[in-house]
Amino acid sequence: MEKFSKINGLVAPLDRANVDTDAIIPKQFLKSIKRAGFGPNAFDEWRYLDHGEPGMDNSKREINPDFVLNQSRYQGSQVLLTRENFGCGSSREHAPWALADYGFRVIIAPSFADIFFNNCFKNGLLPIRLDADTVEILFKAEAANAGFKLDIDLEAQTITAPDGTVYSFDVDPFRKHCLLNGLDDIGLTLQHMDEISAFEAKHRAAQPWL
Amino acid sequence: MSAQTLYDKLWNSHVVRQDADGTALIYIDRQLVHEVTSPQAFEGLRLAKRRPWRIASMLAVPDHNVPTINRAAGISDPVSRIQVETLDANCAEFGITEFKMGDIRQGVVHVMGPEQGATLPGMTVVCGDSHTSTHGAFGALAHGIGTSEVEHVMATQCLVAKKSKAMEVRVEGQLGYGVTAKDIALTVIGKMGTAGGTGYAIEFTGSTVRALSMEGRMTLCNMAIEAGARAGMIAADEVTFAYLEGRPFAPQGVMWEQAVSQWRHLHSDEGAVFDASLVLDAAEIHPQVTWGTSPEMVVSIEGCVPNPLDLSGEKREGAERALVYMGLTAGTPITKINIDKVFIGSCTNGRIEDMRAAAMVARGKKVAANVKLALVVPGSGLVKLQAEQEGLDQIFIQAGFEWRDPGCSMCLAMNDDKLAAGERCASTSNRNFEGRQGQGGRTHLVSPEMAAAAAIAGHFVDVSKQ
Repeated sequence: MEKFSKINGLVAPLDRANVDTDAIIPKQFLKSIKRAGFGPNAFDEWRYLDHGEPGMDNSKREINPDFVLNQSRYQGSQVLLTRENFGCGSSREHAPWALADYGFRVIIAPSFADIFFNNCFKNGLLPIRLDADTVEILFKAEAANAGFKLDIDLEAQTITAPDGTVYSFDVDPFRKHCLLNGLDDIGLTLQHMDEISAFEAKHRAAQPWL
Repeated sequence: MSAQTLYDKLWNSHVVRQDADGTALIYIDRQLVHEVTSPQAFEGLRLAKRRPWRIASMLAVPDHNVPTINRAAGISDPVSRIQVETLDANCAEFGITEFKMGDIRQGVVHVMGPEQGATLPGMTVVCGDSHTSTHGAFGALAHGIGTSEVEHVMATQCLVAKKSKAMEVRVEGQLGYGVTAKDIALTVIGKMGTAGGTGYAIEFTGSTVRALSMEGRMTLCNMAIEAGARAGMIAADEVTFAYLEGRPFAPQGVMWEQAVSQWRHLHSDEGAVFDASLVLDAAEIHPQVTWGTSPEMVVSIEGCVPNPLDLSGEKREGAERALVYMGLTAGTPITKINIDKVFIGSCTNGRIEDMRAAAMVARGKKVAANVKLALVVPGSGLVKLQAEQEGLDQIFIQAGFEWRDPGCSMCLAMNDDKLAAGERCASTSNRNFEGRQGQGGRTHLVSPEMAAAAAIAGHFVDVSKQ
């Protein structure tokens, strides 16, 4: 997994609540058996005017000029600023795969759906929960300043705005450790192999039907 | 020991180890696998030269991509076909039991698992699918996981997790005529919102829940994720045991007795404390219809499409956007909304009881002329077989419904069953998100009874008044 320490990233605003994973990556792209290459189809139904299918040449498709990420000022953005309950619905990890492949490294929202939130950390993507008032301040600041960037420092757990305001955020210590070091969960868990085996033996002796 | 919730009991009995910050390794008893969220996990195992920890804990089935018609011809979409063939190859390579497309036991993973007795009380159950919450209906801790976690469970038999908070949703009293578990679920989501259960495991309790069949309980737990809760659960009781006894994966003989005696403890203790609670009166629950693009955008069949001006802030913007997408006008009575298609099926409402309920409504009637397609997709081959033995297929066919082969079908439209842009559907599935049933498609979530009645009338009708 790619390590995450700090970025200075251009912010793109997606001003809607309850953005679901069907919207982040529509179902027809879930037929892929690979982890890579979902970026060009992130937000496909909002981003393009035609209907997208796997295997199409996306560079030849007609883009939706009204969709925020298509505006020239947001090209190359790494920070997605959005509203409540981002990533709700389907558990598809293709959603964080698509967002990371698009180029996002951080998503800031007042709240996230649980499964999506978990999935982000497995893919070098940092989801940050800030209270709704702070998110609103950031939306306003972004709207007023083209090229609005944020300094995000995972080690220090801070977000620094161009005007010098510092916002701190919470992150689970274990997830922070894994993200900072690009650690694979499986390898870490297998360090406890003996404990798992011992638990399993006892558990299955008590419930032999399992 | 202090009084424990059902969730406490299930969690505590599966903790392998726990760090000071609460991060735990939870042992997983059952992993269900389908074709969409597993190929990258198998590939990860291969790349790392790892083997599954416990092959017998896994059970696989293709469901999302499979066609519901002309199965003998195979899967025509080459991309879908590769995904299903990849599952077949992975299961063969690792020795995992799979019910393939031609197998009578094949079906939607959350219908198949319980039907086989592969979900048992007291288990932890995971699957790379958010509707895994369904299995909590058996007094199990069950939730959806991402593909990285699928690989993690395959390799280690454990999941890295932190304990959620516990919420009780208690429903008391008798449901009215024509009111179902689906209506309870939609009412709860309407009250809590789709993020109301985020961070919680929900236990459904109360006399109304106790009176539900296993099918109804599964419908209720299935929709817990639409309230934001990864897990929904219901205490195990005689209804649970009666459903499971004799199923292929359930224990038999002396072991069955031993299991049942342990399972009787799978309920919240008297006086157990929840972090949050919601109490509903069954008598106040009416048949529900969603009007928007989130399951929380729901009203009673007696209601009207709401006016966004009555809402504030983001709720208003969301409602305005939803009405544009749905092609609806504020103030329209729900019963005046005409539909183009009907979908009866899915992991929410594709079980035998759902088939029976819809057939009761359709018996001797005809699908309305304005309804272009009314699909009935049984949740599994065994549900299909049983329905046919009961003559339900003939009731549907004579009424003008199409009787199909089992799969996820138009719940998420990964196969050929989908809505065209602008088409409006009465659907027994679980999500009314934009584009969920086909790009530009408009989904209204309802119970099987309500979907069948809408098919006959051509618009929504109140089944509780029929």
